[in-house]
Amino acid sequence: MSVDRETVAKIASLARIQMDDASLDRLVPEFNNILAWVEQLGEVDTSGVEPMTAVIENHQRLRDDVVDADPLTGGGVRDKVLANAPAAEHGFFGVPKVIE
Amino acid sequence: MTTSNYRIHGATGEWEVVIGLEVHAQVTSNAKLFSGAATAFGAEPNSQVSLVDAAMPGMLPVPNRECIRQAVRTGMAIDAEINAWSRFDRKNYFYADLPQGYQISQLYHPIVGEGSLTIEADEKAGIPADKVIGIERIHVEQDAGKLMHDQHPSMSYVDLNRSGVALMEIVSRPDMRSPAEAGAYVRKLRAILRYVGSCDGNMEEGSMRADVNVSVRRPGEAFGTRTETKNVNSVRFVMQTIEHEARRQVDLIEDGGVVVQETRLFDPNTGTTRSMRSKEDAHDYRYFPDPDLLPLELDADFLAECRASLPELPDAKRRRYVEALGLTEYNARELTAEVETYARFEQLLAETAAKLGKSEKDAATQVANWSLSVAPGVINALGAEANPANATAAAQAEILAMQAAGEISGGQAKEIFEIVLRTGREPAEIAEAEGLKQVSDTGAIEAAIDQIIAGNADKVAEYRGGKDKLFGFFVGQTMKAMQGKANPAVVNQLLKEKLDG
Amino acid sequence: MTDLTELGVKAIRDGVASGDFTAREVAESFNANVAAAQDALNAFIVATPEKALEAADAVDAARARGDTLGKLAGVPIGMKDLFATKGVQTTAASHILEGFVPEYESTVSANLWRAGAGMLGKLNLDQFAMGSSNETSYFGNVISPWRKEGSNAGLAPGGSSGGSSAAVAARLCPAATGTDTGGSIRQPAAFTGISGIKPTYGRCSRWGIVAFASSLDQAGPMVRDVTDCAIMLEAMAGFDPKDSTSLDLPVPEWEAGLDPDLRGKKVGIPREYRMDGTDAAILKSWDDGIAWLRDAGAEIVDVSLPHTKYALPAYYIVAPAEASSNLARYDGVRYGLRELPQGANLQEMYAATRAAGFGDEVKRRIMIGTYVLSAGFYDAYYNQAQRVRTLISNDFKAAFEQCDVILAPTTPTASFPLGDKVDDPLAMYLNDVFAVPASLAGLPAMSVPAGLNADGLPLGLQIIGRAFDEQGVLNAGLAIESRAGFDARPKRWW
Repeated sequence: MSVDRETVAKIASLARIQMDDASLDRLVPEFNNILAWVEQLGEVDTSGVEPMTAVIENHQRLRDDVVDADPLTGGGVRDKVLANAPAAEHGFFGVPKVIE
Repeated sequence: MTTSNYRIHGATGEWEVVIGLEVHAQVTSNAKLFSGAATAFGAEPNSQVSLVDAAMPGMLPVPNRECIRQAVRTGMAIDAEINAWSRFDRKNYFYADLPQGYQISQLYHPIVGEGSLTIEADEKAGIPADKVIGIERIHVEQDAGKLMHDQHPSMSYVDLNRSGVALMEIVSRPDMRSPAEAGAYVRKLRAILRYVGSCDGNMEEGSMRADVNVSVRRPGEAFGTRTETKNVNSVRFVMQTIEHEARRQVDLIEDGGVVVQETRLFDPNTGTTRSMRSKEDAHDYRYFPDPDLLPLELDADFLAECRASLPELPDAKRRRYVEALGLTEYNARELTAEVETYARFEQLLAETAAKLGKSEKDAATQVANWSLSVAPGVINALGAEANPANATAAAQAEILAMQAAGEISGGQAKEIFEIVLRTGREPAEIAEAEGLKQVSDTGAIEAAIDQIIAGNADKVAEYRGGKDKLFGFFVGQTMKAMQGKANPAVVNQLLKEKLDG
Repeated sequence: MTDLTELGVKAIRDGVASGDFTAREVAESFNANVAAAQDALNAFIVATPEKALEAADAVDAARARGDTLGKLAGVPIGMKDLFATKGVQTTAASHILEGFVPEYESTVSANLWRAGAGMLGKLNLDQFAMGSSNETSYFGNVISPWRKEGSNAGLAPGGSSGGSSAAVAARLCPAATGTDTGGSIRQPAAFTGISGIKPTYGRCSRWGIVAFASSLDQAGPMVRDVTDCAIMLEAMAGFDPKDSTSLDLPVPEWEAGLDPDLRGKKVGIPREYRMDGTDAAILKSWDDGIAWLRDAGAEIVDVSLPHTKYALPAYYIVAPAEASSNLARYDGVRYGLRELPQGANLQEMYAATRAAGFGDEVKRRIMIGTYVLSAGFYDAYYNQAQRVRTLISNDFKAAFEQCDVILAPTTPTASFPLGDKVDDPLAMYLNDVFAVPASLAGLPAMSVPAGLNADGLPLGLQIIGRAFDEQGVLNAGLAIESRAGFDARPKRWW
């Protein structure tokens, strides 16, 4: 299957990556090359084969319901959370005004 | 399934509304679904945010057992299929309240499958008979953060305190046909969640909110195109949303337009809905299994504990109140509607029955009437003067026991309760000190009766001649003579003996 | 006094412990090498000489007190700049994370510091670990210390752990961390004549490592020899309750278990790895490897991994799909770059930020990943790839019923000149054709140096083991190492 420029532009928008015309033009053939190549997977008969879920046999562990049990994954660390923010004000992250 | 007769009357004829609800219920837990940050309501902005919730590079989710447990218990409470093997998926979209750029949710393999709940008949509301509403699934997912739009002229502020809090999304079948049914469904679901203890059901604080799917069709025809109105946070608003959306869709179609499948927003100030611009292009969520998490496999012990820890649920409790306690359907429904109500009732019933040395069944009707009408009446009449903390089960049981033993009358019971509410004094002491006891002393009553019989020979003759209705007259005279403090049962008995004997 | 930068992990650890030299002397020597090579090799994004000295001083003080020393006491290391390091910029070699200073330490790096290692700096890499030549870094290419005989052309150190491979090969550090998603430890190790192991998926915690493809990412050591691999992996590995995919198993004593005697062991030779286009020199080194392992006592058996050919295309669906989602968090809201053109709304800010903050290869993979997950394509691409992945994993399970380890080349060619493949993504991806199958199956796999090609460039041999059997992999590696007699090193030109 071959994708056109419009599709690539739509994907870029879905991925929130702004792309100018030159970038799109460059990407379309690359995109199609890669897709054509991965499409050889279609040759493989996978009927009755389950998609891989866990690469190594392992069980999902569940945590106890304890607040801040491990300081590395607990709350109460506002300064750390905001430390790298491009725009932090009054304890919030600031973003351009959103109209819902 | 009984059909609702709720119809939208359009210019071209009648329309039926079809409603499905996706209720998001915050799971009651101390910590978040995938991090150890607290979930308490009303904290300082971003103070309950871990590095995981803020989606710092390299942060990973580990699920909270309690959140999984509560979802499973909720599923059991709606008789749903529990999936011992489930999995978390990522729902990908960009928004400022979604730090990871995806929400961890469950699309392909939810933890809870098909179940249902029953809404009760309510003639007045247009629900002619009990109706079973299908529940397609319950899945567990992360809540998003919160945006504040009114704090800065050109910026929105992001608070991630809610980000990562566990939600259950409870997805109904499109089985509802009127705003009343939808309202009843939300109320019933809320009651079940609160019974189970998996969600506090607090709609004001956002612990429960509904996405309302509405479409219209000619009765009996295929489903129309639906709209989804997001985050409606009260039963009343759910009903208003449906009324407005149904009307809007009918008008649109009748004017030659078509309903577009879209996300809408409810405005509580106007009772109307409008299209949500911010979600316009968010329809391709690129769901895939979250590779940071393994499939969730629940073992038999875990499931057994979930089932064993379930309380008696609303429907079962209501049936028991009617069948085992002999309460009326009405009383049973009222008493089982809210967790606090039944909890207070059951405690009071236990204490009263114990004090009386009677079975709960024998005390139930008295306690039910007291709980539903007498006590609330007194409390409401007193208003701010009442200290609700004084209304202990012990005090009320004592009042009810005195009343049942004939020591006080119904009126005296109310008066005593009023003083209890005001002062916290002991009921027995109040009855004694305030003279709020009725006379059961047969001697005094007999003397009064003798006097009345003597003074009303004509009436006695008429009564004895067959005019039974005059019995009430003698009761009234006796009570008057006793200044209202005679035990009516004793008065009745003695009068009968003397008049009939 | 000997040049301490000639020493590897074991020699430094033992020398510090016995008092032959101090940890500070070691750190100073390597700090000097790092500084001297930076302009020429560009192996580091940030050097942290003070961190190396601070850790060294702590070790020297502990030794003076008579404390028990850690497994890596006195060993200064380079840290791939994909590991979050508290208080030190962590970029994943991207512009979007330029200036990001984590408030936390990755589990693996914390384990290493606890074992007594010190940090020489943050090593350059392919941006977000996406690349096979270290040409996608926002901070410039890493130049391999190796050169073809008779040429001054810059060569690729491999990728994505290209800073790590270059730094170890050039003696800028005795050891470096790497991460391997589809060959990112093994391929650069092979290109630069060093050893590196990717352990079983889940051995090393992923907590605090900038994620590329979660179901594939594994950290591992890149060092000069097999023994150093064992020592350093012991220090890096371990159960971490913060990572749901972490293996709740004790860390074996791999160093103590090293044994190059392979009598009674079977080595599988996968026939599907004999692919068209593989370099003659590579095939020759593979034959050498077979001979060495036979010499070590192993029985050589033919095995079949029938779905090998589909591993790379499956990888190039699964990895970009996961990456497209993992990299969604880089949006300019909470950390990192924010591009806010005049009048831009939130969604425009995202698009502008990500356009400016990601390099071309990262964008390409995010786009591919977004596409294969998008409505209508999920089943045909992603699910099919995950089914093929199951088949690949089953291939290995079947093969390991007939053998204990598998021997294969690490790469289809030796290192290539920088710029050679940058315009042809597919040609670049093919570099990992031998490395990717083990990644898809989560198996332990290592590369050890096997010799030089006609141009004087190193070639690596790959050993793949059963899940959890790092020991078997290391032992076979040791058997090769002790017979290959590889002592070549890049001539210093920087």
